[in-house]
Amino acid sequence: MTSGSDRLENDKDYLVGLRRDMLRFTRLQLRDEHLAEDVVQEALAAALTGKREFEGRSALKTWVFGILRNKIVDAIRVRSRTVNVGALADEEAGLDEAFESLFKPNAHWHPEARPRDWGDPEAALRQDQFWVVFEACLDHLPANTARVFMMREFLEFDTEEVCAELSLSSGNCHVILHRARNALRRCLEKSWFAGEGAPSC
Amino acid sequence: MLNCKEVTRRLSAAQDRELSLAERLQLKMHLAMCGGCRNFSRQMDLLRDACKRYIDKEIRHERRPD
Repeated sequence: MTSGSDRLENDKDYLVGLRRDMLRFTRLQLRDEHLAEDVVQEALAAALTGKREFEGRSALKTWVFGILRNKIVDAIRVRSRTVNVGALADEEAGLDEAFESLFKPNAHWHPEARPRDWGDPEAALRQDQFWVVFEACLDHLPANTARVFMMREFLEFDTEEVCAELSLSSGNCHVILHRARNALRRCLEKSWFAGEGAPSC
Repeated sequence: MLNCKEVTRRLSAAQDRELSLAERLQLKMHLAMCGGCRNFSRQMDLLRDACKRYIDKEIRHERRPD
């Protein structure tokens, strides 16, 4: 058995599994197969080159994913120079319409659209099947909405930083995050929590 | 008084920045009366939790050496 950063070179099974996890994570955020492959390749190359810097204080995978995080951010940054991440595409407009339809004209919930009681969330998070649904819901988000949301929640940027990196106004940034959260909440409610009872307001 | 639509925006904002005292009070008053928005609020918390947990599962979980 090899240990420490040598596993990157000597443990083929480890490397294959690691690469697969990195690809899945990157694909989810970049929504671009080729770009994701490139980014993962770059991150792995950087990890191999810099493997002497790995001090074993964190898990090897955590260290490699730290490198990957920076590569993903670079890719998003480059793309945001040519793509307007804040643009309202049909998909986003559709989500906004769906959101508006949850409310009566006085901006209170339609009774049938009231958010439901999801019961014990811990119980859900413990089930493997929940994570399949969660990933599917993330995947259903429009690409740009997903990028902003994941930069905030997965790459753990402050909202201010996300806005700045993607050249979004703070107002638009909040609108996009609200759109993402509501879409995810609705998706989870429909696909996972549908069995729970509707609340009374 | 805030309406439900405004409350969803504020609950989302609460995930991104510190709300002012006035903003929090308005929110509290609405949530005290509205079960739908209370559920929405809990759902936002669950989303944040789920994202953190997802990262933990995906990234911080070290594959066991064979």
